[in-house]
Amino acid sequence: MRNPHRTQKIAFFLLLLATLLIVVPVGLIVVIIIQKGLPGISWQFLSDIPRQGMRAGGIFPAIVGTVYLVTGAIVFALPIGLLAAIYLSEYSKDNFLTRLIKLAIVNLAGVPSVVYGLFGLALFVVFFKLGASILAGSLTLGIMILPIIITSSREALESVPYTFREVSLSLGASKWQTIRHIVLPNAIPGVLTGTILGLGRAAGETAPILFTVAAFYLPFLPKSVFDQAMALPYHLYVISTQVPNVDEKIRYGTAFVLLALVLFMNLVAIIIRYQFRKKKKW
Amino acid sequence: MVNAAFDIKGLNIWFGQIHALKEVDMDIRPNEILSIIGPSNSGKTTFLRMLNRLNDLHINFRMKGRVMFGRSDINKMDIETLRRKIGMVFALPLPLPLSIFENVAYGVRMHGEKNKNRIAAKVEDALKRGYLWEEVKDRLGESAFKLSGGQQQRLCIARTLAVEPEVILFDEPCSGLDPISTAKVEDAMLKLKEKYTIVLVTNNVKQAARVGDRTAFFLSGELIELDKTDKMFTVPRDKRTDDYISGKFG
Repeated sequence: MRNPHRTQKIAFFLLLLATLLIVVPVGLIVVIIIQKGLPGISWQFLSDIPRQGMRAGGIFPAIVGTVYLVTGAIVFALPIGLLAAIYLSEYSKDNFLTRLIKLAIVNLAGVPSVVYGLFGLALFVVFFKLGASILAGSLTLGIMILPIIITSSREALESVPYTFREVSLSLGASKWQTIRHIVLPNAIPGVLTGTILGLGRAAGETAPILFTVAAFYLPFLPKSVFDQAMALPYHLYVISTQVPNVDEKIRYGTAFVLLALVLFMNLVAIIIRYQFRKKKKW
Repeated sequence: MVNAAFDIKGLNIWFGQIHALKEVDMDIRPNEILSIIGPSNSGKTTFLRMLNRLNDLHINFRMKGRVMFGRSDINKMDIETLRRKIGMVFALPLPLPLSIFENVAYGVRMHGEKNKNRIAAKVEDALKRGYLWEEVKDRLGESAFKLSGGQQQRLCIARTLAVEPEVILFDEPCSGLDPISTAKVEDAMLKLKEKYTIVLVTNNVKQAARVGDRTAFFLSGELIELDKTDKMFTVPRDKRTDDYISGKFG
């Protein structure tokens, strides 16, 4: 006869093992990046332009480029994503068109990032004649993170209790007033979660910026959104594979900065979200 | 004033395939408390939510018949105006996720009032009429969720009063309350009927007997009987009404 106690123990052990297996790679990445990257970090590394064919100097233009691109992507994707989410969760009826839109969003999330790169090249760089520029890159990254923002915003909106809407409407508030004053304020934490996820994704992707904005080497900062820019992930790719004899300190230092930048941006969003959650009253 | 707050003729309601209300003809008179009793699934809440058109939110909702509110057909009125004139207190206390003050001010603000003093005056007045002012006047900025269940329900009444409705719909307002809180809410209702028309849906037959001027008995979507409360509770015309109020089923 089976021993339920032993079965339970085995199940518990397997579940724990699987969970620990998730932690191990994350821990190793952090440890290795810090161990190998930290020695390369100095004020000069953060604030100087790359020198001697990127084998010395700093990565300042790449940091600035990535900050510009991520900001641009969020500025573009957050309002559109949020408005679309409001439409889908509050206004749309359950019909063929709505189901088609929802299906499109799910599929958009599954498109490989290099395809976004090609799409951005064809649409923004060539068709709209933006050239390889921060604007084209931001728009491409923005489209890439739209599904993340829409999906998480919709979940956030739909998690606001339905009864709040009924109460608001029963007091004679219009549908838009109800959304604006009751639903949205209570959905902001969830919307920010989506924004955090999108932010990290936009900062880290190489393929979408490859053809739309990223410069191999630019010894100066971009002057407007129509300029090309360096970006951290692409710079990391370049110094790891395209330029021979780059010191390991510089490569891992760049990875360290990229990781730290994403974590820092996440931290800011998490603090904002925490402030909103504190005000949550139910 | 017109001699009926509501005049309902040939009302039928469906949710998808479900025929929730069948051929209901009735009137609701100004300044009366009309109690609506009946077992669950009898259509009484559907009837109530038809009056302020909250059923319209349901995607499969269909309605036939004519419902006049005063001189206007409710389906031809501006929906925000209709809902402002017909307030609703729900079964469970449902404060909005705002402070005590903002809960009461919400409806007033949504109807365009911007003057801070006038809003504050309306909030105070509504809280007094909801018999809550003394208990909350020093903590208006606190979250409404910090109040007890009975206080929350009186807050919801005050919130409804603040927008100055003509009719107040109560949907089993005491189902989650203890007897003392229930008595307070019933007292409030009896005072309110001087100024408002009240429609009270209740599962509690005794409550209907205590506060209702007239009582309507619904069963399986049909209006079985509508009469003066004391008459219905002493000599009901229909056997089913008698069975229900004497507790033989339901």
